[in-house]
Amino acid sequence: MRIIFAIPLALFLFFAGLAAYMLTQDKAQTIPSQMIEQPLPEFSLQPALDGMPGASKSDFIGGEPRLLNIWASWCLPCIAEAPHLERLKDEGVDIIGIAVRDQPAAVADFLSRYGNPYSRIGADDISALMLEIGASGVPETYVIDAQGNIRYQHIGDVRAETVPLLLEKLEEAR
Amino acid sequence: MIAELGLAALWLSTALAVLQMVSGALGLKDGGNSQFAIYARPAAVVQAFLAVLAFFLLLYAFAVTDLSIKLVATNSHSAKPLIYKLTGTWGNHEGSMLLWVGVLALSGGLLAGLERRLPEKTMSATLAVQGFVALGFYAFLLLSSNPFERLPVPAIEGGGLNPLLQDIGLAIHPPTLYIGYVGLSVAFSLAMGALMTRQVNPNFAKILRPWVLGAWVFLTFGITAGSYWAYYELGWGGWWFWDPVENASLMPWLAATALLHSVSVLAARDALRTWTIMLGVLAFSMSMLGTFLVRSGVLTSVHAFAVDPERGSFILALLCLYIGGSLVIFALRAGSISEGKRFSVTSREGALVFNNVMLSAILAIVLLGTLYPLLTEAFDVRVSVGPPYFNPAGAIFAIPMLMVMAIGPLLRWKEDKPARIQFELALVASVVIAVIALVAILGDYGILPVLGLALSIGLAIAAFLPLRGRRLRLVPVATWGMVCAHFGVAVALFGMASESAFTEEKLAAVAPGDVEEVSGWTIELESVDPVAGPNWTAIEASVLASRDDEAPTRLAPQSRNFWSPPQPTSESALITRWDGQLYVVIGDQAGVDAAGNNRWQLRVWWKPFVTFIWYGGLLVAFGGILSIAGRVQVDLKRRRASAMGQERRDDLDALGDADAADGPVSEPAE
Repeated sequence: MRIIFAIPLALFLFFAGLAAYMLTQDKAQTIPSQMIEQPLPEFSLQPALDGMPGASKSDFIGGEPRLLNIWASWCLPCIAEAPHLERLKDEGVDIIGIAVRDQPAAVADFLSRYGNPYSRIGADDISALMLEIGASGVPETYVIDAQGNIRYQHIGDVRAETVPLLLEKLEEAR
Repeated sequence: MIAELGLAALWLSTALAVLQMVSGALGLKDGGNSQFAIYARPAAVVQAFLAVLAFFLLLYAFAVTDLSIKLVATNSHSAKPLIYKLTGTWGNHEGSMLLWVGVLALSGGLLAGLERRLPEKTMSATLAVQGFVALGFYAFLLLSSNPFERLPVPAIEGGGLNPLLQDIGLAIHPPTLYIGYVGLSVAFSLAMGALMTRQVNPNFAKILRPWVLGAWVFLTFGITAGSYWAYYELGWGGWWFWDPVENASLMPWLAATALLHSVSVLAARDALRTWTIMLGVLAFSMSMLGTFLVRSGVLTSVHAFAVDPERGSFILALLCLYIGGSLVIFALRAGSISEGKRFSVTSREGALVFNNVMLSAILAIVLLGTLYPLLTEAFDVRVSVGPPYFNPAGAIFAIPMLMVMAIGPLLRWKEDKPARIQFELALVASVVIAVIALVAILGDYGILPVLGLALSIGLAIAAFLPLRGRRLRLVPVATWGMVCAHFGVAVALFGMASESAFTEEKLAAVAPGDVEEVSGWTIELESVDPVAGPNWTAIEASVLASRDDEAPTRLAPQSRNFWSPPQPTSESALITRWDGQLYVVIGDQAGVDAAGNNRWQLRVWWKPFVTFIWYGGLLVAFGGILSIAGRVQVDLKRRRASAMGQERRDDLDALGDADAADGPVSEPAE
């Protein structure tokens, strides 16, 4: 038996071992943002409605860690997550909203129906911040520490079971 | 009743596969004298009939939308047009697996029924292997993917078929591709049979060749059809995405292409014995690997079926059994087969070996790129490997291969002098250089598209050079097949290079009445209206496109929303001209213009000569058909001649003509 004829077998066995290992691993179905553990990009957004301040990177610097919530009045899961954001606000969390591709009237209507957990709301009219921060959709919620670094990304709507997780991540970010 | 009949047919097929395997193995053991060996052939034939019957029963259940069958209820819908009810049979995991198994059994049945030239012992071994392979896939189907499973209570309505699949492409692409994939199982079994019985010789190669060619023709056609389907259905404007599952179809094709060339060397010159066996094993192994990648969900792909790790483990076990087993036998036995006749580097064999090595290298590049994400994910790094890797890495080997492909068919077997074909060499080289110079003057294009254009034109001329100085009426049909296939490669390459060099794209937000220009085309958005189909609603744009002074053509790209299951799709609209295609896609609403009209995203491409990619693919497949026809024709002639010779000998014997019987009987020329 010449050793060269066993090479295909060796290559196959390596593949089979790798595939067997990978089959037993949980497959993550979401792709986390490459921006995690990175500083927030520089941005300065106009207010999304009259009577509230807009949002910029400097709003995240100093004090306690904050939440950055990407949402929109046209987004249905955002309605579902509204009460849970309200709970986070009641826990004393500062939530800064980014309204994506929205109209001031629609934003005001949404807030009057489903409550306003935000201290400020910036208007991201062309999804510029969304792209820079590496968001894959609306809604998404980020934990930002007091130095303006992105510490955690939650993809999708905030649910009842996400609230303690976010509080824990905020605590870690102190 | 239908479901039970189908299930019974499958179980019977499984039993027959066991019979085929055991009697084949006994035939191998007792040197063909075992009384059980005679069962292998009929078992394979009847099994083919039953497995195909099971498939047709499932087809019938889909046609009548039998909602008591779980598979129909989850994947079909009574409101679907009949053609998509039928094609939906294989638009899901279980049904496509049944198609796979049906084709596997059919190939085995055809082999058992038609092939009479192989030594009995080798045939027994081959059928045993084929039965063994079939058995594993029957087990997979019955134990983990039963297509005939009943629901306890019939569903009221079905879940519907993925709308991307509700297209005529589904009627063509998967069946042809599967015939190609699974047809290679015959090459696998024959290779194993020949290896086990030490019958790797030109006679074996001649028997193997039509099976490889047949599977290869279907693979070529299936890949070509799939590429065109993805091109117009996905609405992304591309024709190849280096998706893991596309790669999974390309890899068996590369292996089969190498195999059908090395088999020719073995048939004509009795060289490359172990190499041919290795490729026979490799080609079907790549088919099975593709099945594993698609159905286990270890890689992310647009083709993913409902993912189930249990099924993945099952197929991986089958892979270990068949690929691992065959490679063990190869490792143990290959040393006992001598490499065969020697030849010089500058010879037909030399060129074919070079191209075999290049094809295998491209195969390795594609395999590595496909599996690399699997490897890095084991270390928790997620990567996506795409065109920036595949295109240049593949081209490193494809370009020398294409050059040798241009001159290889001009060389003589065994030994040749390059000086003999210096006119042809100079002609092809000067054409290639002239085209490179011309394109470089015309504009600034990437190096690969320029080389591709030049090589394609050189190759197109070179493809016909083997006919030079021959009387065309006397050229064998198989040679015409080669010319046609090589010319097809040149045509496809021209399309690919032209598409990537000269495509112009425009993405604009337009309101009705706005006019855009792309490469001499004037495109006007007339209106955007809602329309409804049998199982979808859509936004349909009415677009007028015209070029030069011709009358405008109306195009109707749609953005469709299917409601069962709910999913949006994009229906592109195409204008095909001899020199390319205009490709129009309507996107989402994009705000309002100054006058208060709604604006829509409109995406327009002009792709010069893009259609040549698929014309080329069809030419390659047609070349394969010609080649089969030529081989079969020669074979039938030879059989008829030897049958006549036999008849005459029998006649002479019967006459008792002692002089004629003792004297040298003149054999009819073969």
